[in-house]
Amino acid sequence: MSDGSSASALTAADVTKRFGGLVAVDCMSFELPEKRVLGLIGPNGSGKTTMMNLISGALRPSSGEIKLYGEAISGIGASRVANKGVARTFQLVRMLPAMTVLENVMAGGVFGHARRWGDELEDYARTLLRRVGLAAAGNAAVSSLTYIDQKRLELARALASDPKVLLLDEWLAGLTHGELKIGIALIEQLRAEGCTIIIVEHVMHAIRSLCDRCIVMSSGAKIAEGTPAEVLADQGVVRAYLGDTNA
Amino acid sequence: MTEIVKSSRPRLGGIAQTLRAGLILTARERRDLLISVLLFAAAAMVPLITEGYVLQLAISIAMYAALATSWLLFSGPTNYIALSTAAFFGIGMYTVAGGIDDYPYPLLIAAAGVAGAVLAAIVGLATLRVSGVYFVIFSLGLAELVRQIMTWLQHVLGTMSGLYVTIDRSEPEYYWQLLILTAAVFMVGWWIGRSRLGFALRIIGNDELVAVHCGINTARAKVVLFVVSSTFASIAGAVVAPRWGYVEPVVAFSPSLSFQAVIMALLGGTHRLWGPLLGVIPFVLLWELISIAFPNQTTLLLGVCFLLIVYVIPNGLLGLIERAVNRDSRPGQSTPGALQRALGFSTGSLRNLLQRGKSKNV
Repeated sequence: MSDGSSASALTAADVTKRFGGLVAVDCMSFELPEKRVLGLIGPNGSGKTTMMNLISGALRPSSGEIKLYGEAISGIGASRVANKGVARTFQLVRMLPAMTVLENVMAGGVFGHARRWGDELEDYARTLLRRVGLAAAGNAAVSSLTYIDQKRLELARALASDPKVLLLDEWLAGLTHGELKIGIALIEQLRAEGCTIIIVEHVMHAIRSLCDRCIVMSSGAKIAEGTPAEVLADQGVVRAYLGDTNA
Repeated sequence: MTEIVKSSRPRLGGIAQTLRAGLILTARERRDLLISVLLFAAAAMVPLITEGYVLQLAISIAMYAALATSWLLFSGPTNYIALSTAAFFGIGMYTVAGGIDDYPYPLLIAAAGVAGAVLAAIVGLATLRVSGVYFVIFSLGLAELVRQIMTWLQHVLGTMSGLYVTIDRSEPEYYWQLLILTAAVFMVGWWIGRSRLGFALRIIGNDELVAVHCGINTARAKVVLFVVSSTFASIAGAVVAPRWGYVEPVVAFSPSLSFQAVIMALLGGTHRLWGPLLGVIPFVLLWELISIAFPNQTTLLLGVCFLLIVYVIPNGLLGLIERAVNRDSRPGQSTPGALQRALGFSTGSLRNLLQRGKSKNV
């Protein structure tokens, strides 16, 4: 990929996922160097979320292998993938409704890659809340949060385990224009700090500004890979999104 | 589900204090510990000042306090409503009944705990993948399954329909044994509540998928807690077996015991470790009245009590008290009760459903 000198954080080799006769992910291979942001884009139903579920261990690939820093993580189960250092957010925000905002963040930092407890955990959770812009909300109930704040909270929870790879599944979806700016700035900040991130996104200008590399999926298969500018100019990609007549 | 251990929510550092492991106790925890010790000491005095009928009621209360609180250890944080108390209680009874002629009673109580733990581990590993209403039904079926196996075994072994347990123990001794058991349940529950395991279970109870992706081995956490909870139920059965004198499957594995433990816990409130205690005392007394006044309708009335508690006071007496004490409505108080969350509905949604049904009929 773009920089041969940095170690590869995540590699997928011929990963395929079949649901009965349907091939949701078809022979996907890619490599994510550390401290890079990879964008996974494609039309609805192209298998992006399935791919995220395969990486995070929610699903087991039918064939192929996913490795985190050279260690196979496909098929070991979601909780162990989290232990190894993959953290994620969910396409539809998932809060822990009966816990406070602070506890929601702490939940991410106890059993995952980094394991903290007690005062250290609470201090770290507060640091993360400040970092995502929720410093004042610590003792509030999650039901009192606005949508963007819930998104921020989910991000803080994912970061609490000091993940080696962070998966953001349509993290920017559903935000208003103003919120989108805040959201993009947040991810930009993470990128600047050296996080390794895979984002699934429909917001194209976010893809352009955030991603080092992009993979375009259509019907489960990779149809293009390159810098955002390259792939978005690709004729095949335009066809996949808009159909043949418009290409 | 708020924390099982005592909450010091109003203060800023509360959560860290609740979670802090080890033996460093905050002033508040020391105070709570002192109150608990005093309450148990006072409860231990009961046989010294009374006997007969009142002591019988006290024994009943102590037994259900142990059962309902141990039920809460698993079902409280996870929202998995287990109706399997009777299965383990019966296993405990039969361990004692089967071995009382050959082994010392204290050894049999320990053996009952082990037997309950082993059964719970097997059952837990096999079934804790199912959740919601499926787990409720399964856990109810478990007691029935074990009962049928016991009946069959007794038939095959050619014994009578039951077993006699004859050892010499006085009523105060039963009471104190049950009280010690209850204290043990509380200590274990308190310890779990401030441990990583307790925190993991609360996350599981909130959203199991999030728990998995936070790195929690949810199956292991659930099995461990199910084993702990069931072990206590087995020991309770073992402790009271000689008091009942004659043990037979219909009595030892009675489903109404499972329901009573759940109802008492729900009546008291399931979001604090001591919640069930608030339900046990009034319910045992109420049940005594019901059993005397309507001896033939107890099952029916048990069902009525169950429904009333679930729909009228979903957060239990504890919820009512907390709301009365803390008028400025804190978030989380309108959350549906444990059973409702376990089954995935709220009273609000049910009410909507009923109203919709009504308007359709009109």
